[in-house]
Amino acid sequence: MSEASAANDLREVIIIGSGPAGYTAAVYAARANLRPLVFEGSVTAGGALMNTTDVENFPGFPNGIMGPDLMDNLRQQAERFGAELIADDITEVDLTGDVKVVTDGSGGVHHARTVIIATGSKYREIGLPNEKRLSGHGVSWCATCDGFFFRDQDIAVVGGGDSALEEATFLTRFGKSVTLVHRRDSLRASKIMQDRAFANDKISFAWNSEVVDVLGGDRMTGLRVRDTKTGQERDLATTGLFVAIGHDPRSDILVGQVDLDDEGYVIVEHPSTRTNLAGVFACGDVVDHHYRQAVTAAGTGCAAALDAERYLADVAAAQPAEAVPAHS
Amino acid sequence: MGVNTAPVTDASWDADVLKSDKPVLVDFWAEWCGPCRAVAPILEEIAAENLDKLTIVKLNVDENPRTSASYGITSIPTMGVFKGGELVKQIVGAKPKAALLKDLADFLA
Repeated sequence: MSEASAANDLREVIIIGSGPAGYTAAVYAARANLRPLVFEGSVTAGGALMNTTDVENFPGFPNGIMGPDLMDNLRQQAERFGAELIADDITEVDLTGDVKVVTDGSGGVHHARTVIIATGSKYREIGLPNEKRLSGHGVSWCATCDGFFFRDQDIAVVGGGDSALEEATFLTRFGKSVTLVHRRDSLRASKIMQDRAFANDKISFAWNSEVVDVLGGDRMTGLRVRDTKTGQERDLATTGLFVAIGHDPRSDILVGQVDLDDEGYVIVEHPSTRTNLAGVFACGDVVDHHYRQAVTAAGTGCAAALDAERYLADVAAAQPAEAVPAHS
Repeated sequence: MGVNTAPVTDASWDADVLKSDKPVLVDFWAEWCGPCRAVAPILEEIAAENLDKLTIVKLNVDENPRTSASYGITSIPTMGVFKGGELVKQIVGAKPKAALLKDLADFLA
């Protein structure tokens, strides 16, 4: 089907986003013959796992699997059952009516009876002026992309979760040393990731430390941290900084339509994936600020497709008159 | 690699980029970089639509470390616009087409 004909079509389901949640929703919706149209994102297709290496905790892969390979598998699985995948963004939505309207990055307008939101999250920035200025000159958000540039250098990673420890461990392949900067004195990362990091000679820890400035002119030359207990500041001579302090939901296009909580996460009627708008469902990291795992995202993606299928069946059952020609 | 986004190297840098009559956008990229692969078709489109105004080329940082190091590139994709031999604009990270066109508006007018 061409994009032009797709644009004039009233779809059963449009899925916005393509991480584990979006692709799993696509697999289930496609298998329910709902012909889902999936907007994968123009530069975010595959979601956050595209920038990771080994995924060791997704069930069914005893030896682990590379993040991009897992997403490619999920993508193929969705396609196999007839999901239509488009590598574009959705820039505008009108989800309030019975027919939902979404506009893509090329200006194409698409209509559907249900929409599944699986837009995921984006990296959180520390919020320092010099962090922005030195981005691309020492400051990075993607260890798998940029680790290469820091061969034999001293690197800092800020954060205390699984992502931070995964990046720190990965970066020891390149760097002379990796300092994990964390504002508390313990990590929230999983025990296995902590054990691995503690056992790694190249990784050291700056506990109770918060980043207050990134130093350097054209290139980063150091990091200024403040002790959260004593207030004392000191500089670390690191030439690279990888920021892994968490994520924020990607819900900008939903503001004013779908109910969001104070942090921007979509509010759903747990345990369902229903939002405040009939026919609009949400799943994955744009909803979840608690578990944030590939497998939980996939699980809620499945739930969203089943909820959409149920909703479509209920709507069809409530309007039998439409299917029968009037004879009065 | 797209038909409108030719590769450049450390060796061809001077002739292909610095001495070009037209502004040149250099896409610093590598094979292992997911966001680089994502943005490549968008750059190919922008190149095809602006052949008369902007030349878009690709520099593989893995195979050509000298040039990327001399410009202090530590993040890919980075897109640098060179005009008259000078780096006049730098865009860090993959972005959707509309956002890139906005960043490049000065060179596409």
